[in-house]
Amino acid sequence: MTDAKKVDKYQELQGAIKRHHGERGALMPVLQEAQSIFGYVPQDVQIQIAEGLNVPLTEVYGVATFYSQFALEPRGEHVIGVCLGTACYVKGSQKVMDRIAQELNVEVGHTTPDGKFTLNATRCLGACGLAPVIMIDEEVYGRLKPDEVPGILAKYQA
Amino acid sequence: MDLFRAHVLVCGGTGCTSSGSAELIRRFEEQLELNGLEKEIKVVRTGCFGLCEAGPVVIVYPEGTFYSRVKPDDVNEIVAEHLIKGRQVQRLVYSAEKSQVATSLNQMQFYEKQKRIALRNCGVIDPENIDEYIAFDGYQALGKALTEMSREEVIDTVKKSGLRGRGGGGFPTGLKWEFAFKSAADQKFVCCNADEGDPGAFMDRSVLEGDPHAVLEAMAIAGYAIGASEGWIYVRAEYPIAVKRLYIAIEQAREYNLLGKGIFGTDFNFDINIRLGAGAFVCGEETALMTSIEGKRGEPRPRPPFPAVKGLFESPTILNNVETFANIPQILINGWEWFASMGTERSKGTKVFALGGKINNTGLVEIPMGTPLRDIIFDIGGGIPGGKAFKAVQTGGPSGGCIPSSLIDTPIEYDSLIAIGSMMGSGGMIVMDEDNCMVDIARFFLDFTVDESCGKCVPCRIGTRRMLEILERIVDGKGEEEDIPKLESLAKTIKATALCGLGQTAPNPVLSTLRYFRDEYEAHIKEKRCPAGHCQALLQYFITDKCVGCTKCARICPVGAITGKVKEHHVIDQAKCIKCGQCVENCRFNAIIKK
Repeated sequence: MTDAKKVDKYQELQGAIKRHHGERGALMPVLQEAQSIFGYVPQDVQIQIAEGLNVPLTEVYGVATFYSQFALEPRGEHVIGVCLGTACYVKGSQKVMDRIAQELNVEVGHTTPDGKFTLNATRCLGACGLAPVIMIDEEVYGRLKPDEVPGILAKYQA
Repeated sequence: MDLFRAHVLVCGGTGCTSSGSAELIRRFEEQLELNGLEKEIKVVRTGCFGLCEAGPVVIVYPEGTFYSRVKPDDVNEIVAEHLIKGRQVQRLVYSAEKSQVATSLNQMQFYEKQKRIALRNCGVIDPENIDEYIAFDGYQALGKALTEMSREEVIDTVKKSGLRGRGGGGFPTGLKWEFAFKSAADQKFVCCNADEGDPGAFMDRSVLEGDPHAVLEAMAIAGYAIGASEGWIYVRAEYPIAVKRLYIAIEQAREYNLLGKGIFGTDFNFDINIRLGAGAFVCGEETALMTSIEGKRGEPRPRPPFPAVKGLFESPTILNNVETFANIPQILINGWEWFASMGTERSKGTKVFALGGKINNTGLVEIPMGTPLRDIIFDIGGGIPGGKAFKAVQTGGPSGGCIPSSLIDTPIEYDSLIAIGSMMGSGGMIVMDEDNCMVDIARFFLDFTVDESCGKCVPCRIGTRRMLEILERIVDGKGEEEDIPKLESLAKTIKATALCGLGQTAPNPVLSTLRYFRDEYEAHIKEKRCPAGHCQALLQYFITDKCVGCTKCARICPVGAITGKVKEHHVIDQAKCIKCGQCVENCRFNAIIKK
């Protein structure tokens, strides 16, 4: 990241803090914006939020670690979410998950060493009609078979 | 307003969007323009039609032709044949059984036994256009409440209708409103629970995506009834389409002064905020949800005080689920007698279910309360794919239970489901066939609960983890004789002592599977055998006489456990086999079995 880009991001964060300042329950929306600006919520960002909203850092950390949406570590370039909701599970999403883990040689909840992919198990995506389902970034792939995994991953490996 | 000779309705729900409906809309618009038809035929992106299995779905009116699994390349043909020449494209018309071709919604068995109230506008109107909602009697109920009814009359109507909460608990909605009405305070709140977390349930998402104004209208009615001027919708961030349409709907309602100050020329003010959830299942619990809106860790707190007395920001608050709200405008327009005439003695109206798992017609169905399970699974759902046997249906998500095939004639209502050890929950219905292991399903739900437990109270934080460990041991083939009594005793304690609904109901999947499928637990523990052939650790793979000696499996086996000469029967070395199942998947002669 160039320094200029980094400065921009912190300015954007300050803007978000200002917009929500004084609002009741502002911490969650600010954390959500921070997550989308930086892709995760590192410690220095948490400190800025705590100071900006005038809440204890412990509370910011407490909220950030409570909700699964917030990541404290940087995530891969592409985030793969394998739905392990009931409908997907009974239709074999665990096998899809195992296959992805095997193809990328990465454990669930972790990022590949090259920083390309993060593999997560997600809660129900509500696309049960297409089970089993995975989501890569914003794209949803449904009615998946484990054998289709390598082909899909290849699209992102370029 | 322009008049169109035909309408092309394309499903813009999550299921169909995932299977490419946005591209279909683009192609339709492009083709219509190329043919100079854009003034004659209108393309509408609607909410969910319900039959996700057939997605992406396109319906052409006035005929009501139902096209299923439409691909972008099919668009040209539909435009050229159907829209220009008036001939249906038969190969794309949905047919449940190939012999009988359904040409319109009403002829389809999937819709025949349904009664759509909460979903009435889903798949009918453009959810991003308030005028279409108004054309379908939208905001009429709010107008009626504000100009013709007293607050007490509104509450009375909801009470008499018999409407109960559709989010799971089944608490009478009118009573909840009355409690909040009677709490004296300067400020009160109306909250909408759109944090649909039960895996396998997606009806709230479909209502929000297909008919967002119905929820806004109902919230305003509730605000009038209890005396609140502010509403909050707590919606999952994982539902981007729903969130976007809610924002659009709120903006449009404000423009028409259907939200804001002095609504319908009265002195009633009401506005709605949106708060996004951040991925915590426990936030579906009412006190946790309110704590989360306040910007804190979404942990539940003991009740009383109930939210109707002390809720969001310490003020009297009502919280209703999306589907509950979606029923309200209809009840006010058609009267409580109309609503109460549907359903059973203690469960009135209809309920939306999300059918998923091992069933032919996955999707959303709305049926009158009291409909037998059999009708839902075999008539509407079209039965089990692949000629497999129906084994159980799971309702109520992680708080519910598994209903065995022997109870398939049970009518679906709040009390009958509780009596057989499950619950209505938010309406997920996951069908399982003979290949699903019930012990593993119980393990699956406990794994979910352990992951989602907020950690505030000990029974849930530690108790569910101990239960999970026992279940993991059992499916791993290391179960011990006393595991079943241990599970039962833990379950009893957790149910009695956990702080909130999440913990109190967490043991249900274990208890219900123990009740109906105890023999499966015993087979795992005593015989080290998984009757469904699911649990890897308990399986052995064998090559049958069907083997022709093609050598494919021997080449594929990653650990070299399969040996045999060309054109001779192959053998698996059980000591080496890691049970990965690749040989089974790759055998072209179905010669490898697991047992």
